[in-house]
Amino acid sequence: MTFQAFSWSRWVGIMSKEFIQLKRDRLTFGMIIGIPVLQLILFGYAINADPKRLPTAVLAADSSQYSRTLLAAMQNSGYWRITQRVSSEAEAEELLAHGEAQFVVSIPENFGRKLVRGEKPVLLIEADASDPSATGNAIAALAQIASGALARELKGSLGDLAGAEPPFELRVHRRYNPEGVTAYNIVPGLLGTILTMTMILMTGLAMTRERERGTFENLLATPALPIEVMTGKIVPYILIGLIQVTLIFGFALTLFEVPMRGNAPLLYAVVLLFIAANLTLGITFSSIARNQLQAMQMTFFFFLPSILLSGFMFPFRGMPEWAQWLGSLLPLTHFLVLVRGIMLKGNGLDELWPQIWPIAVFMLVVISIGLGFYKRTLD
Amino acid sequence: MTDLAIDVHGLNKSFGDKHVVKDFALQVRRGEIYGFLGPNGSGKTTSIRMLCGLLRPDSGSGTCLGHDVIRQTGAIKREVGYMTQRFSLWEDLTIRENLEFVARMYGMKDRRAAVGHALAELGLAERRDQLAGTLSGGWKQRLALAACMLHRPRLLLLDEPTAGVDPQARRDFWEEIHALAATGISVLVATHYMDEAERCHRLAYIADGRLLAKGTPDEVLHLFHLSTWAVSGTPAQLSALAAKLKHVPEICHVTAFGNTLHVMGEEDAALERAIAPFRDEPGIDWRRADPTLEDVFLHLMQGAPDNLQ
Repeated sequence: MTFQAFSWSRWVGIMSKEFIQLKRDRLTFGMIIGIPVLQLILFGYAINADPKRLPTAVLAADSSQYSRTLLAAMQNSGYWRITQRVSSEAEAEELLAHGEAQFVVSIPENFGRKLVRGEKPVLLIEADASDPSATGNAIAALAQIASGALARELKGSLGDLAGAEPPFELRVHRRYNPEGVTAYNIVPGLLGTILTMTMILMTGLAMTRERERGTFENLLATPALPIEVMTGKIVPYILIGLIQVTLIFGFALTLFEVPMRGNAPLLYAVVLLFIAANLTLGITFSSIARNQLQAMQMTFFFFLPSILLSGFMFPFRGMPEWAQWLGSLLPLTHFLVLVRGIMLKGNGLDELWPQIWPIAVFMLVVISIGLGFYKRTLD
Repeated sequence: MTDLAIDVHGLNKSFGDKHVVKDFALQVRRGEIYGFLGPNGSGKTTSIRMLCGLLRPDSGSGTCLGHDVIRQTGAIKREVGYMTQRFSLWEDLTIRENLEFVARMYGMKDRRAAVGHALAELGLAERRDQLAGTLSGGWKQRLALAACMLHRPRLLLLDEPTAGVDPQARRDFWEEIHALAATGISVLVATHYMDEAERCHRLAYIADGRLLAKGTPDEVLHLFHLSTWAVSGTPAQLSALAAKLKHVPEICHVTAFGNTLHVMGEEDAALERAIAPFRDEPGIDWRRADPTLEDVFLHLMQGAPDNLQ
């Protein structure tokens, strides 16, 4: 056996070849710079684990100074943003189901009078707890904020009411997820992220693989139309997606005991739409990318914001407005609301429609971009 | 319909600032085997791709099987069989799956029969469930030819179909091409092999994107009044002689063919005078020879700039 010494010049040769190849691959180079800079800035400012300004509806049957003080204090704390005043229980219910309000604050009749009399009136807070992390901090802070505010009002002869115990009874209803089980939120969220990841990646490689192996030239030489190739390539992955979904649902219902309050066929229909949207994105990536590596990088570039800005990892309402706007472009954002809506709230098509059309629009836009990039020739 | 399977004029194609094909004009008759020659990077593949709608010419016009090469690429694709230079069928599909896929792409109604027939003809009926990627080079070429023949095209565009194939397989391949041409199918075949060029009805020679010569093999042979001498001797003598002859201005080429040297010049009398001082060396035998196609092409190439950059 001959001993071969480590050669520095060989080593330098290999290293410089790698640098040259890296430099030539513009997209990879862009990603190396782009991913950290763009995403750090984006997520650094967007992510907030302590959501504030949560939309709140008020059902006030009392207009005493005490209820006004209470609402003002809640508003001033930053956690609640009173967006609507409703006049009936049913109206409040609808706002919660649609996800338009995160909280409904109900102030009963004669709240002020009972308070003064020391009868401890009930202050009812209903929260949409399908994502427990979105409401947790606000609820935790509520008792303190409310009694602090009222203490300033209760002076003189009423001073003894402003004691250690709050002068009212705070009742919190965590709707849809009374125990605040995080799994109820995480499991539907994982369903969405797993689908996003696998669907985009698998189809992303579908076209670039043909190009890398040279088989694309053969395909192009046949009379096959771009729309035939693109949609034909998607179908097998739809099936794979449905298998994944069924597996995840199975585990969600059995192992994690996530409740299923809505309609199963409706859930599958929504899932199908979501799968289709992700697949069109994947196939579009793959007609833009020149090789499999680039398609993979594009997938990750899209995947990160999908996880971070969609409301999966961090409460959607905790993000600044611009980030919410950005997040609402992503299919996953809407999908999370849809799945939670169906499984936890038992929503029907009426309530879901506002989240369905954005996914459909996303899909149409993406597929037309993809068809634009699909090359009918080798130019 | 005209008698011409391919009739194009003034086709140009650039990639970036590189002008790859310049004023390409070609007429291929029906049932004709047309050889397409030229060094690597001379624009053969680009020209073929323009003919079958895989590349869009920057300028120029013409027809392929009567269809416009710019506007009717869909119709051309349906009637042309294109065999790529590199094996481009699906290596992870079996032989039969590849053929069936291709048949479906062309919307063939009698798919099963056509695939069965092609398998039998190929002699691959027993190996039909073997993955295409596991075939040897020669078999891959035959499979590729069968695949591009499957939809019964009227024109075959073959891009170096026999590169890397053994002589026996090449011979079989050409037998098949001639049989096809006899049925009225036109064939444009790019090749580097001179023996294959000789088997074509007509030839075109392209260098640096420009067609330099066209005609029957015989016409091409006599394109120049080349006179050739064959020199034989021992290898050592010949290599010493070749080194000396290369500096003689009247000699265009000195080419080594095993144990002989081909010495070529444009003017017979001048050549004879130029070689006179070397003819008396002992052990060396000078004889007049006929120029070969290779001699002609080497001569043509000398006029064209190098294409490698």
